[in-house]
Amino acid sequence: MRTEAPLVLAQAGADATVSTGEAVAFWVLGPIAVAGALCMIFARNAVHSALWLVMTMLSLGMLYMLQQAPFLGFTQIIVYTGAIMMLFLFVLMMVGRESSDSVLEVLRGQRLMAAVLGIGIAGVLAGALTRALTDVPPAPAMNPWTPEGGGAGGLARVIFQDYLFPFELTSALLITAAVGAMVLAFTDRHSKQGKRSQRDLVEARFRGEYERPSPKPGPGVYATSNSVATPALLPDGSIAPESLSSLIESTPTAQLQAHRKQLESRAAGSDTHALLDPEDGTGDGDAPAGAAATATEDKA
Amino acid sequence: MSPLLAQAATEPINRAELLADDPLWLILLKAVVVLLIGPIFTVVLIVGERKIVGRMQNRPGPNRVGPFGMLQSLADAVKLPFKEQVIPDTADRKIYFLAPVIAVVPALIGLAAIPFGGEVTIFGERTVLQLIELPVSVLLVLAGASIGVYGIVLGGWASGSPYPLLGGLRSAAQVISYEIAMGLSIIGVVLYSQSMATSGIVAAQADGGWYFYLLLPSFVIYLVSMVGETNRAPFDLPEAESELVGGFHTEYSSMKFAMFFLAEYSNMVIVSAFATTLFLGGGMFPFFGADAAINQGWWPALWFLAKMCVILFGFIWLRGTLPRFRYDQFMKLGWKVLVPAALVWLLLIATVRALRNAEGVSTGQILIIGGVAIVVVVLLMLLIPEKEIPEDEGVVTTSGGGHPVPPLDLKVPETTPRRKAVEARRRSEEKQQAELSPQAAGAPGESSKEGESHGDL
Repeated sequence: MRTEAPLVLAQAGADATVSTGEAVAFWVLGPIAVAGALCMIFARNAVHSALWLVMTMLSLGMLYMLQQAPFLGFTQIIVYTGAIMMLFLFVLMMVGRESSDSVLEVLRGQRLMAAVLGIGIAGVLAGALTRALTDVPPAPAMNPWTPEGGGAGGLARVIFQDYLFPFELTSALLITAAVGAMVLAFTDRHSKQGKRSQRDLVEARFRGEYERPSPKPGPGVYATSNSVATPALLPDGSIAPESLSSLIESTPTAQLQAHRKQLESRAAGSDTHALLDPEDGTGDGDAPAGAAATATEDKA
Repeated sequence: MSPLLAQAATEPINRAELLADDPLWLILLKAVVVLLIGPIFTVVLIVGERKIVGRMQNRPGPNRVGPFGMLQSLADAVKLPFKEQVIPDTADRKIYFLAPVIAVVPALIGLAAIPFGGEVTIFGERTVLQLIELPVSVLLVLAGASIGVYGIVLGGWASGSPYPLLGGLRSAAQVISYEIAMGLSIIGVVLYSQSMATSGIVAAQADGGWYFYLLLPSFVIYLVSMVGETNRAPFDLPEAESELVGGFHTEYSSMKFAMFFLAEYSNMVIVSAFATTLFLGGGMFPFFGADAAINQGWWPALWFLAKMCVILFGFIWLRGTLPRFRYDQFMKLGWKVLVPAALVWLLLIATVRALRNAEGVSTGQILIIGGVAIVVVVLLMLLIPEKEIPEDEGVVTTSGGGHPVPPLDLKVPETTPRRKAVEARRRSEEKQQAELSPQAAGAPGESSKEGESHGDL
């Protein structure tokens, strides 16, 4: 099959023309692909970059389909856009939406290497492109319905017969990479240093290796509010400090401290003062209550 | 092998030629009908699902709008676009708007490659009931499914709040893992029918029998993964309302929410139609030949829709019956059960096909070789030692019910240190007594006298 391929190419070179539909599709899809690639580089947000790359890959897939290689085109869409870019998105979403690019150089000499390799690849691409524009005969349009055409049969024959060895080498490389990733990420939960089981954790908590044996108190959910920002109250009406989350903006610590002081001053007369801290439970008069009032006014 | 392939390839060419002959108005007509199938089925399915699930749970379901509540979805469809749009402050607005569109469009395109029936005449024009025919139209449906998930993932991410993000993350992981199982189950069908065109697969089933019993493992794997792929119960983890409020569409409202709904139900229709095409013989009516009158003209479209509705009913039945999976169990099912099973089954199919294509191997020989192989595998399995459960030391002996109980041969010690101490104290007290009143001293150390001395005291 390899011997007769140049013959076919030479025959088709003479009368190879591009139909109007194909030309229109090319001039629509080509700029979209290039624009997607450029936007991928210049987008500030990592997820936006990934989406621009998806657009480039989709238009490439459609270009393959136009050139009578529907199998390759759909495989491009399923494998690259459907699986690989989805994995990228997965990782980006795990890392968080604030994952914009940093200007810090982590690896020594990374930029220099990147510049050299980038220029090298650009040179190779430019060389191949100029050669393609001058002296490569256009390939004949194949009939994708026949096994030898752009369908799965022809592609399989090329990969699994003519280029079997490079294919096996590539798959060995991929398997090595996958096994390496698994080895790096694997933690044996049965070994001594491995992941602790639930029982180990319970024992460790009661042994005092952690801050407290129980989980922190949940937020207060009352008849008047059901927000996670509402602090939980202790039996004497004071706020449980552990129920506050520093992550939630609507419960600034200062405001809650003031509120706590206010409650303390209110409770000064009753016998519940025994539950408060002995150090700051006495003689704090009007000042904290005033602070709390201003804090609530500010909030309003 | 090549004559077989050529034979399979000539049939779709005829269909493809018929399709290529279509005038523009016919193509437009078919495109409109194919685009409308999704929304119409959505409207019918929502009411149907609510009624059927209601019936399964002993309650009437929707019964206010129209006769028997049948117009409920129409009322909802009118209501939803007029509701207020609430857009979160933290949302990434462009992607937030784009996500429902990305979810819907592939769901509407997917039906284009499904062969609903054979050759018919529409307004005097001979054609087939299919919008497009590609040599790889099986992949078109798969590609549509893989693009549609972007809508869910991006919708979850762009909402800018934690629960939708978790829903989107789950969806991404879910689709990646279940698409592999789905693809592997489809490869079995492609290997068997020697065609990647949907119409070619239907034609191969008309000749050699339907694949749902010929390739039963493939069919089961496809059914499970199709439920996972469409985010339906019991695999509806991306929107698990008891854990994630509403999952990926928590922050969506109004028309955009309706579009997610449309995408979900259209996807159900697509995977059901795809299952009908791949495993249930497409539009064929069983027991009669392909040339029977019942399999000519418009009849196949009816059979096709009937088979599709059976699978859709299965979806609803599952929802009414099974509780939602836990996320790690779901992933375990995908990666540790479905994918390995599909791979082993695929290996088996490929081996049998290769043996059949090779000259001079009869079916009996294949069966004998297969039987020997199975026996060898079973014997090897017997050689594997059973996994020993490591005995945990320092555990209280238990028996029955898991409650700690004393062992049956428990020996109660005659004396204990405490009893000894008590004894010693008593003796010393007696000794003191004896010293104080020497006339009362009896035989010292005799235990029989102890009771009397107590009585004296």
